[in-house]
Amino acid sequence: MAPTPLNVPLLNVANLACRRGGRPVFDRLSFALGAGELLALTGRNGSGKTTLLRALGLLVAADAGSIRWQGIDVARDRDAWRRCFAWLGHLDGLKADLTVAENLASACRLREEPGDRIDSSLVALDLGSLADRAVRTLSAGQRRRAALARVLATAAPLWLLDEPLNALDATSQAALRLALARHLASGGIAIAATHAPIDVPNVRALLMEEKKDR
Amino acid sequence: MTGFAALLARDLRLVWRRPGDVMVVLAFFVVATVLFPLGIGPETNLLARIAAGILWCAALFASLLSLDRLFAADYEDGALDLLLLAPLPLELAALAKCGAHWIVTGLPLALLAPLMGLLFGLSGPGLAALGLTLLAGTPTLSLIGGLAAALTLGARRGGALLALLALPLCVPTLIFGAAAVESVAMGEGFLTHLAILAALGLLSLATLPWAIAAALRQAGE
Repeated sequence: MAPTPLNVPLLNVANLACRRGGRPVFDRLSFALGAGELLALTGRNGSGKTTLLRALGLLVAADAGSIRWQGIDVARDRDAWRRCFAWLGHLDGLKADLTVAENLASACRLREEPGDRIDSSLVALDLGSLADRAVRTLSAGQRRRAALARVLATAAPLWLLDEPLNALDATSQAALRLALARHLASGGIAIAATHAPIDVPNVRALLMEEKKDR
Repeated sequence: MTGFAALLARDLRLVWRRPGDVMVVLAFFVVATVLFPLGIGPETNLLARIAAGILWCAALFASLLSLDRLFAADYEDGALDLLLLAPLPLELAALAKCGAHWIVTGLPLALLAPLMGLLFGLSGPGLAALGLTLLAGTPTLSLIGGLAAALTLGARRGGALLALLALPLCVPTLIFGAAAVESVAMGEGFLTHLAILAALGLLSLATLPWAIAAALRQAGE
């Protein structure tokens, strides 16, 4: 067996192309990410940031190209791939009638994870005092924090975040940066679609450009 | 299996937090069935003869009433993405959601219907046939309704479209359910009808979760 190079990229995306409604959103998109790296997707509205994240999560089928995790095509074992990443969508994905703690607990059970990180993730995003409040009574920023806490509560090495800073105040943004830096320092990877710059070490930017109709 | 149990428990807990949603369905069932004697008149013989059809139709409409929120709520708050991304097969997730719907609508309707049958002057064996056929038939209604709910996700006027899609598919269940009570009234058994209803239930159990999952994947794109 050939020895594995030390800095082999964990996530390798090659020549990825995606069309929505007959219009090319992006094509020949390639990047590689190693442990401890954050990829910030920037670009105008409609430039395909969300579509790229959804294609990485296999929610949207890519038309061409490959996504490899640790050298293995992710389409080969979708379930194993889904356990590798945590998802924060454009929508929070919280049930309004459940409390924050219940939302996190049911999300962890759905992922078949023990949920032993729930308490620490609540503390990290300063949600300790809101844990037993129904999500419907929270503000937009508090809900976003609860959704982020759901990502922190998983053991997934890769975070896919769509506009994580949305609706967050300065204190919460700082808390998220700290949580992100900690995740990266422990060998994690994150891909975040964002308009505001995220100030953590090892951040790389990918500017998505709007495709003209052809 | 933990994911299946977690989803079922979550949906039941959500209903528990909002018991009004279930109460409205049951109240609709009671009100709708009570309207028929008022419209037709107090002829006990006639009412007893058509009771099964009325109660079955009312149960069918009542179970459709809450279906449009079955997947739409998850679709609107983003929880559907998490279901699509869960290691749990989507077919099992669909089954868990339809199962939760049956527990909070089909099951109470099957228990309530014999009580309403009493008002229509159904005999003891007729009441038993009504309750048992509803118990065997309502899971099919929940699964068919689940498919219609998944297919109409994101559609405008989804509720009306949902009923239009689901009702024709429910016809076999309705026919055998109502016919069972009829055959008891003729002094015959209803085991055949019950067996056919169970067979329909098993057939939908073996096919519809896959169709629902496919529709949900489509909606997730």
